Amino acid sequence: MAKHILAALVENRPGVLARVANLFRRRSFNIDSLSVGRTQRDEMSRMTIVMESDSAEADRLVKNLYKLVDVVHVDHLHSQPSVVREMALVKVRATSDNRREVIQLCDIFRARIIDVSAESLVVEITGEEEKLENFTELVRPFGIVEMVRTGMIALGRGGHTLKDEGFKPNRSRAAARSNVL
Amino acid sequence: MSNEDAATNREAVNPEAVNPPDGGADAVVLTGAEIVCECLLHEGVDIVFGYPGGAILPTYDALTRYPQLHHVLTRHEQGASHMADGYARATGKVGVAMATSGPGATNLVTGIATAMMDSSPIVCITGQVPTGAIGSDAFQETDVTGITLPITKHNYLVTSIDELPEVMREAFHIARTGRPGPVLVDIPKDVQIQEAEFVYPTEPIQLAGYSPPKTARARQVAAALELIRDSERPIILAGHGISMAGANEELAQLAEKAQIPIALTLLGKGAISEQHPLCLGMMGMHGGAEVNHAIQQADLLIALGMRFDDRVTGNLATYARDSRKIHVDIDPSEINKNVTVDVGIVGDLGEVLRQLLDRVERRPNEAWFDRIAEWRADSELREIVRPAEAPQHPAVPEGKLLGAQVIRDLFEFTAGGAITVTDVGQHQMWEAQYYQHERPHSLITSGGLGTMGFGLPAAIGAKMSRPDQEVWAIVGDGGFQMTMMELATAVQERVNVHIAIINNGFLGMVRQWQEFFYEERYNQTPMVNPDFCKLAEAYGIPTVRVTERGQIEEAVNASRAQTAGPTLIDFVVEKEEIVFPMVPAGADLDDMIRRPTPAEFERQQRERAAAAEIPEAATTPEPEGTEPEAPAAAAALGSRFGV
Repeated sequence: MAKHILAALVENRPGVLARVANLFRRRSFNIDSLSVGRTQRDEMSRMTIVMESDSAEADRLVKNLYKLVDVVHVDHLHSQPSVVREMALVKVRATSDNRREVIQLCDIFRARIIDVSAESLVVEITGEEEKLENFTELVRPFGIVEMVRTGMIALGRGGHTLKDEGFKPNRSRAAARSNVL
Repeated sequence: MSNEDAATNREAVNPEAVNPPDGGADAVVLTGAEIVCECLLHEGVDIVFGYPGGAILPTYDALTRYPQLHHVLTRHEQGASHMADGYARATGKVGVAMATSGPGATNLVTGIATAMMDSSPIVCITGQVPTGAIGSDAFQETDVTGITLPITKHNYLVTSIDELPEVMREAFHIARTGRPGPVLVDIPKDVQIQEAEFVYPTEPIQLAGYSPPKTARARQVAAALELIRDSERPIILAGHGISMAGANEELAQLAEKAQIPIALTLLGKGAISEQHPLCLGMMGMHGGAEVNHAIQQADLLIALGMRFDDRVTGNLATYARDSRKIHVDIDPSEINKNVTVDVGIVGDLGEVLRQLLDRVERRPNEAWFDRIAEWRADSELREIVRPAEAPQHPAVPEGKLLGAQVIRDLFEFTAGGAITVTDVGQHQMWEAQYYQHERPHSLITSGGLGTMGFGLPAAIGAKMSRPDQEVWAIVGDGGFQMTMMELATAVQERVNVHIAIINNGFLGMVRQWQEFFYEERYNQTPMVNPDFCKLAEAYGIPTVRVTERGQIEEAVNASRAQTAGPTLIDFVVEKEEIVFPMVPAGADLDDMIRRPTPAEFERQQRERAAAAEIPEAATTPEPEGTEPEAPAAAAALGSRFGV
């Protein structure tokens, strides 16, 4: 078992996310996180899929993703040099008594405070998964009121780029395109 | 499907189409509904199976202006999707089903799932509520693209008339290429009514995320050849993919050149003539014992266009344990899905087999064939269907008609030349065991989904796509009653399909499982049936009932003599017949329940008779209030076919 990070280029069409999500459910893939967003090209979106599995299972997911007509390219990012980031917003209980301690922790983790109230701070922290987990463990004793994580996003380093050639949007369909979500 | 068939589909384009492919590019203004009809003509469609309703009415109205598109009114939308499926399987052409929104669309679902599991190319066109009403729970609204997401190869909700021609073209392209499958196109009513300039797109279809594989990599071909060369006990497992790829000739050549025996999956029947000396017959749960033994003892499996379904592997942990494995399939996700293989090759079977044929070497397998012959001799001892004049297996009860005999005689009296379409259950397995097919696309059956109710409508579709062929629907009394309303469709369209009901008054296959695994508690399997002959008469269908083996020939000949409209034979067969051999679900493939040999059967009879006497001889008094075990139970057991 290992963590597998897959990046998928998909056509930016209505229903694509439903197709991918349905595939996870239909074939019982256990997904840790999935994040979707726009890319440098209007007609395609990029999904980053993280799963804890053996490599046979990850291969199976890649093959099944390719069976979806709207999925153009899939890469295994862990098998090549890549940069991986995740962002979290954490609302930490902090009053005048302990606010300084929390701020010190934020400094150490190079996290930013983006909202302050009498009862709490909202902290923005970006990094690899482990860093986010270490940070949340350290602030947990202060009290985490609520938090949200984006799920991982990743890019190959340098020349390791997801192929998007052959990606020609259909003339008449361009008008009908909308966000993948 | 083969390239040849794809070409046929395209060449059949109707010259009366508004925009003939070779004509000028003068655009005409058409409604969405008319564009649908134009696109169907361009795809070479001649028949549409369907059922009208509110949201698809504009398209039904447009159909009146396209007499080249013959519409077949079914009696239920499930019939439409099965007919389109049967039509597709008999020819390799894309079958088309049409239905309205809501219940019309949901009634297609079983047929779509059936086509998906067996990789059958169909396009389903459904009406949808107007775009403005989508999501408002409007009358007869259902999210059919959502419902069919996991059971279509792809589906579309058309939101603008501008994308309609392209969507229609893509739908047919996706349905028929690569690993074929069902595609659904959902068209809101307002899109059918809107008008737009129509120019049939002529540029090649470009789908960035869709490019079916063709040839195999040279390295993989070399690896496969090496395994073949080093094998002593090889066996080819031929599936549906062979006939879909049109690679039948290549399969025969490979087997002959390298002297490798061939086992067939259920849908693989027809991949090679079953009369071919290298063809062993069907594998799997009800496959030949000698075939399953050969697979388990092989040192090399060459799986071609099959997907290691649990019904052909049995227990995966012990499946062909001592063999290396080569798997060729057009769908990459099938490689290493159920069975881990040594060499996985993704490609079109015709191309890959030609690559292998170029370099495969002839190799002797005499010892291997001898072993298979021994297993086969043992199977023949246990055979229950024998020529009437030959000595019969003692398990055959005097004067009873067996389902297995009916199928074997049907094979004889149709000279093995018919297209047979089955339903699902015991009769389906007897068909597979006793009707030997010579040609591709001559057995049409629901293998993957096992859809009861498939037989009659699929047979109607098959006959309509191959009017030159003799078509038999072989159905059980259970499955027939699931879609028997399509008798009316067959009558209305004067479809000359011969219906053979193997009528045992039981859901026979379920009953068999109850006998083996649920201590003979026949819960909800006995059926009170209508008089099928009277039913046929109500539809004006010529019919006859057969209760003895001696009546079969005359009944079959009388049916065959009818060349217009359907016929029906009610074969009243033994109630508690068993399909042997049987690999219990999850058991090892060679751990089969066999029919006893005549000697074993007679010994069992003696033992049972002896056991039946023990209660009388017993000196221990029975506790009061309990009945002594009735010897009748043992005697009844003995009347069964061996177990």
